Amino acid sequence: MREIELGVVGGGPAGLSAAIEAAKCGVKVAVFDENERPGGQLFKQIHKFFGSREHGAGIRGIDIGAQMLEDAEKHGVEVRLNTAVWGIFDGPKLGISSNQRVSRVSAKKILLATGANENALAFPGWTLPGVMGGGAAQTMINIHRVLPGKRILTVGSGNVGLIVSYQLLQAGAEVVGLVEALPYISGYGVHASKLRKCGVPIYTSYTVKEAIGKERVERAVIVKVDENFNPRPRTEKRLTVDTICLAVGLTPMAELAWLAGCEFVYVPELGGHVPVHDDDMETTLKGVYIAGDLTGIEEAHTAIEEGKVAGIAVAQSLGYLTSEKAQELKQEAWGHLEALRKGPFGQKRAEGKVKIKERRGAK
Amino acid sequence: MKNTLKQTGILRGKELLSCPGVPTKKRMNQGPVAVIECVQEIPCDPCVDSCRQGAITMGEDITQLPRLMEDQCTGCGTCIAGCPGQAIFVVDLNYSKQKALLMIPYEFIPLPKLDSRVKALDREGKVVGEAKVLKVSHSKRNDRTPVVSLLVPKELAMEIRNIRF
Repeated sequence: MREIELGVVGGGPAGLSAAIEAAKCGVKVAVFDENERPGGQLFKQIHKFFGSREHGAGIRGIDIGAQMLEDAEKHGVEVRLNTAVWGIFDGPKLGISSNQRVSRVSAKKILLATGANENALAFPGWTLPGVMGGGAAQTMINIHRVLPGKRILTVGSGNVGLIVSYQLLQAGAEVVGLVEALPYISGYGVHASKLRKCGVPIYTSYTVKEAIGKERVERAVIVKVDENFNPRPRTEKRLTVDTICLAVGLTPMAELAWLAGCEFVYVPELGGHVPVHDDDMETTLKGVYIAGDLTGIEEAHTAIEEGKVAGIAVAQSLGYLTSEKAQELKQEAWGHLEALRKGPFGQKRAEGKVKIKERRGAK
Repeated sequence: MKNTLKQTGILRGKELLSCPGVPTKKRMNQGPVAVIECVQEIPCDPCVDSCRQGAITMGEDITQLPRLMEDQCTGCGTCIAGCPGQAIFVVDLNYSKQKALLMIPYEFIPLPKLDSRVKALDREGKVVGEAKVLKVSHSKRNDRTPVVSLLVPKELAMEIRNIRF
């Protein structure tokens, strides 16, 4: 087995970006991903991305993913698919399993870019077939080209709920409505407009009360809620649907970081418990870095920039970059991150990141 | 404010006219011009580069709103597919006596047939009239965002934003 200097867990935008950045400097990198295809969520994103035009805005996620895979290959990054990482040991070593075999791999540095899990929402009938995560529906239509249903109700008006609903329309389903418990649409207005002009109603201050059906979802009952999210009596509406897509947020997939013994901080704005890390994306465990949604729920561009920072920092710590050069490169990525967190939609995330910083300072 | 984009998903009235990317009625009467319906400060700026005339500007931050230099805009429509939010349209109120030209992004299949008559939908998806399909542009530059040119009743040029057939 060849020597690995950086072992990356997770081949999504954050992991690939870190791998490419480090490999460019000469670091020997292997990326481990439990899926059969690399790219994380990128290859489900058939829409054009927002962000800055210098960094892939206006380009579809699938095309950004293809470019990253090409770059990874060009710089000699090894990508091991169908390989799950289940533990981190002293050394450091990664415990991996692939082809039903368990083994350990040594790596001088480790980057965790494990992404996030979709949140669920419990209500009577939520275990019926036909209730699924919005991200799962997106995988079905955009990766496997299978419609999850013909009449859809989406729960949650964040960008995931809005984008997935629109893509379900593009795939040929009817989106009967979208409910949002808040009195306003929480994702981008332009995404909401795309749905509205197709005639999709958006019910703000509404939630799903019940899913009804024998073998699977046949109907959904939605209900108006007050400012404390309590149902208002006699405001129920019955909708004939066969699928309910839940797009009610994401939680950082932090198990490996917990197992490894990283210190955590609870930041609700970022989706829950996230590992404490410094500006180089290094956790409280020396040599263990993190990037992407694991560090707080954001989006692909911030994941890519955080991955860059981590990749540069790893290359620097292994002696492949002078500290001056590394500083210059990191400065650029930090600048992009700051720009991406500006504006009313980035403010909360930016505040969350400050909380991580404060926690680190308090130690 | 209860009827804003944030509450309803629909941009209209004063909020629509307040967009620095929406040209004056006077300019629309002179010929084709871009209508940039972008009112939220989100980190996004590809429209700026998509314009070869330099008619779309933004301040230093990518969260600032795009501003249309209406006299520089030729109404070529290149920016329509350049906007990831599908929030840019071209309106020409000078097209003919009764009809206006409207260009919209349309990312659905099948695409409308040339010269066919289609239902014209407003921002709420309601049928408000009829439109005739003049052109369906599928250039490489558009990167799989077809742009459909429509002949629409003049008074509905700022209402119609989608089609169905």
